[in-house]
Amino acid sequence: MIYDVAIVGAGVIGGMLARELSRYDLKICLLEKENDVAMGASKANSGIIHGGYDPVPGTRKAKLNTEGVELLFAVAQALSVPCKRNGSMVCAFSKEEESVLEALHQQGKENNIPGLAVLSGDDARKLEPNLSQAVTKVLHVPNAGIISPYELTVAAVGNAMDNGVVLKRNFPVSAICRKDAAFAVTATSGETVRAKYLVNCAGGYADKVAQLAGDDFFTIIPRAGEYMLLDKAEGRRVGHTLFQCPTEEGKGILVSPTVHGNLLVGPTATKTETPDSKDTTREGLAQVEQLAAKSVPSVNFRQVITSFTGIRASEKSGDFILKASEKVPGLVHAAAIDSPGLTCCVSIARYLTALLGEQGLSLEAKESWNGTREDPCAFQKLTDEEKDAYIKRNPAYGKIVCRCETVSEGEILQAIRTNPGARDIDSVKRRTRSGMGRCQGGFCGPYVMALISRELGIPMEQVTKNGGKSYMLQGRVGEV
Amino acid sequence: MKKHDIVVIGGGPAGMAAAVAAYDAGCTDVVILDREPQLGGILLQCIHNGFGLHKLGQELTGPEYAAVYAHKVAQRNIPVYTETTVTGVSQDRVVTAQNRDGILKLQAKAVILAMGCRERSRGALNICGSRPAGVYSAGTAQKLVNCMGYQVGKRVVILGSGDIGLIMARRMSLEGAKVEAVCEVMPYSGGLTRNIVQCLEDFNIPLYLSTTVVQIHGDRRLEGVTVAQVDEHRQPIGKTKRFIPCDTLLLSVGLIPENELTRTAGIPIDPITNGARVDENCQTQIPGIFACGNVLQVHDLVDYVSEEAECAGLGAVKFVKGQAACKVAIATRPGNGVRYVLPQTIHTRATDVSLFLRVTQPFGKVKFTVTDGETVLATAKRLKAAPGEMEKLTIKKEQLQTAKGPITVSLEEVE
Amino acid sequence: MKRELTCIICPRGCALTAEVEDKQVRVSGNACPRGEEYAVSECLHPVRTVTATLRVANRCDTMVSVKTERPVSKDKMPEVMQQLRNTQVNAPLFVGDVVLQEICGSRIIVTKTVL
Repeated sequence: MIYDVAIVGAGVIGGMLARELSRYDLKICLLEKENDVAMGASKANSGIIHGGYDPVPGTRKAKLNTEGVELLFAVAQALSVPCKRNGSMVCAFSKEEESVLEALHQQGKENNIPGLAVLSGDDARKLEPNLSQAVTKVLHVPNAGIISPYELTVAAVGNAMDNGVVLKRNFPVSAICRKDAAFAVTATSGETVRAKYLVNCAGGYADKVAQLAGDDFFTIIPRAGEYMLLDKAEGRRVGHTLFQCPTEEGKGILVSPTVHGNLLVGPTATKTETPDSKDTTREGLAQVEQLAAKSVPSVNFRQVITSFTGIRASEKSGDFILKASEKVPGLVHAAAIDSPGLTCCVSIARYLTALLGEQGLSLEAKESWNGTREDPCAFQKLTDEEKDAYIKRNPAYGKIVCRCETVSEGEILQAIRTNPGARDIDSVKRRTRSGMGRCQGGFCGPYVMALISRELGIPMEQVTKNGGKSYMLQGRVGEV
Repeated sequence: MKKHDIVVIGGGPAGMAAAVAAYDAGCTDVVILDREPQLGGILLQCIHNGFGLHKLGQELTGPEYAAVYAHKVAQRNIPVYTETTVTGVSQDRVVTAQNRDGILKLQAKAVILAMGCRERSRGALNICGSRPAGVYSAGTAQKLVNCMGYQVGKRVVILGSGDIGLIMARRMSLEGAKVEAVCEVMPYSGGLTRNIVQCLEDFNIPLYLSTTVVQIHGDRRLEGVTVAQVDEHRQPIGKTKRFIPCDTLLLSVGLIPENELTRTAGIPIDPITNGARVDENCQTQIPGIFACGNVLQVHDLVDYVSEEAECAGLGAVKFVKGQAACKVAIATRPGNGVRYVLPQTIHTRATDVSLFLRVTQPFGKVKFTVTDGETVLATAKRLKAAPGEMEKLTIKKEQLQTAKGPITVSLEEVE
Repeated sequence: MKRELTCIICPRGCALTAEVEDKQVRVSGNACPRGEEYAVSECLHPVRTVTATLRVANRCDTMVSVKTERPVSKDKMPEVMQQLRNTQVNAPLFVGDVVLQEICGSRIIVTKTVL
């Protein structure tokens, strides 16, 4: 069979595009090299919905950002993805930085960002009591927010699948050829998918995919950003997302609550060899700690529960690459989607859809499309009485598996059974938060392994942490 | 809402001993809630021997020690809700829990917290590097190996010389794995001497002191770790770095009382013990709520957990019967060489009071002195004191009569 | 032959020196007679209790813990493990049940009830 569209990369852009295209009467295939969606930059980023003061006015990035904020909040609501409009502040610590704030304020006004205001340090501290005394002024951005980026991606892909999109995992593209007005996209396993249109949403590998398709006008520059995530005990240290003044490398170190009530600090910005180098470093984490303390001196770093590195896929122009290939008909690139790519994911998906339409893709809306998704956390939001009734119908929801985050067996089974079903420990964690808490899976890990084994019908020894050869176990006791 | 005199949260060694003690003291309306299918808690995965020498006068394995108390619970027909997780405790002692039957709400006259502790994870240590499979806390590995029957790895490095790590070094060696090294960041081991001898020396496993893991390598599954010696400020010394290939890293780097319920209930926590602040009856600062076992302070021996739990059980009975007098409040505090003292407050002059404490570092021969201002209330000598071992001192009630507090426990090294 | 040992009889952990000659052991560094006894035993015929788990054949993914009823010679530990690997058990099993009559001079008994 020939798909109408194949999308390479099930990150937030690929996933959101798949969902957007699933509105239409099209056969769509989403190809992902990993065992789960959101395994690249979409898994490890700041999770910020950026207000939109940052992009240069008049650019496409500025337009996509301004539109993107409200579009994203609306889609997140339709998909039951946790998000919150907590507002952000950009902090200035000196006269020079105050002038940067003024420039950002001006830029934001030109970008039509509502509610922007420059506040004195003292006024800011009335809103954020733990803000450093050294902060002299802030730019207050009330329309900004926070969102869980991997849950957004899971929900977008899940909703796309519910509307007929096919997800192929463990499909690392190794060859692309165009013949008879269609692409043949081959994985390392030898499996081939054929499609009339091909969209490159391959994140850190977008340049490699472009090359495979016979196009090579850009080079991805991966930049690593290290983060630390703190216990919920620190989650109320701040309410707003607190930025420092942006530099060449990025938006600087932020201190932000997460939608789940933890505290997130980071990221650094260092050039890295490959999009796969996800090591954290001693120097990087020390830098995060030092710079975060500059904004909020009272952060208690003894409450760190995990640290991680995310890779941002940038390009030298500094702009998103959203265009049809000039060399290869039917090929569209969505590359170099660095910040504020998450904020723009819906507006980008719409932009790409229109672009595909211009390339001749027929966009006929289908009546059966349902753009909403059931809330995977619905159970947690019930009252005790409602929970009691629910458990009586579904006893698995009564059995708590993850004690730190209070996640039940029912919710884990739901994560395994709902599109796109979790197939490994980390995937369960991203969907349910089981293992995300302070014990980091120490207690629930073995139980989650057993549930995955049972549900997927695979032996325990085949259960992985995150696909590939990331086996959790190495045989059975008594067998040497 | 069901009503009970005493609700015990947790059915490990602490919860079982507390319930039995309360029952035997005349409070028969006591129930135990536990999240596992079977009473016993973490003891069920501690299949090694060495439990019970002090309390039961015999050397038992963990499951056997648990079985002794589970039998006592069964003999008394104390109701046990298994596979039931408590999700909330309120200051007016309403316990909310859930299991496969639904949501359970119990109104108790007294609540005993006995939730145990958990292990510090990799994240809390901030070890750099990648995030592959094969990095386990020692207790998780113990559960997988001993209860579920799976090998977690074949070539192992252990970080931290806590007892669980040492025990797992032996266990995995016996099961055919090669334990390459045990690394301990401190200049001394946190484990019992007996375990160093029987778990490491017996198997020729090297113990590297003042050494830590500085980096984790491997894309999907662990491929090795970089270890380095540390200086006196526990900072790695660059030139001592070396790579050890392994497929498994076990962490045995400390236990943390699991006090999420306690915190949510607004019960004051001691920042040093990470457990509730209590009086000599193990009563927290919220009347009618008691705490015992590893949720109160991390113990070295289960025997002392049982003892402390009995104290909490009796305290709860006194409270239920309205006998708990709170007319005095004498604070205690750690002095020289002492990390913490428990209880943090003494509410009685009518009985002898036992103080439990831990020292700050290893000492040779020491003398402990308990003082109230200028007055010496008690002294005790020990041939040696180590941070890994709990010390117990007793103040006679006669000495308490005029005590005003704070009562300070300090130590000095003696010849 | 001279051996350095750490006494494990009590928490004091005396550093013992044992000199072995012709099955005679001279012990120094011990604070009490129990230390001497330990060093002699440890030098001439060290013994250990071995604990392990066995798969319960008629229960899914269930292990039962077992131990040597009495300590066995330290160098026999691998042999005990080897024999246990070839042992099948079936539930129900109760604490104290004997699953093997003799391995290296000890019975093997169950330490955890599996119904």
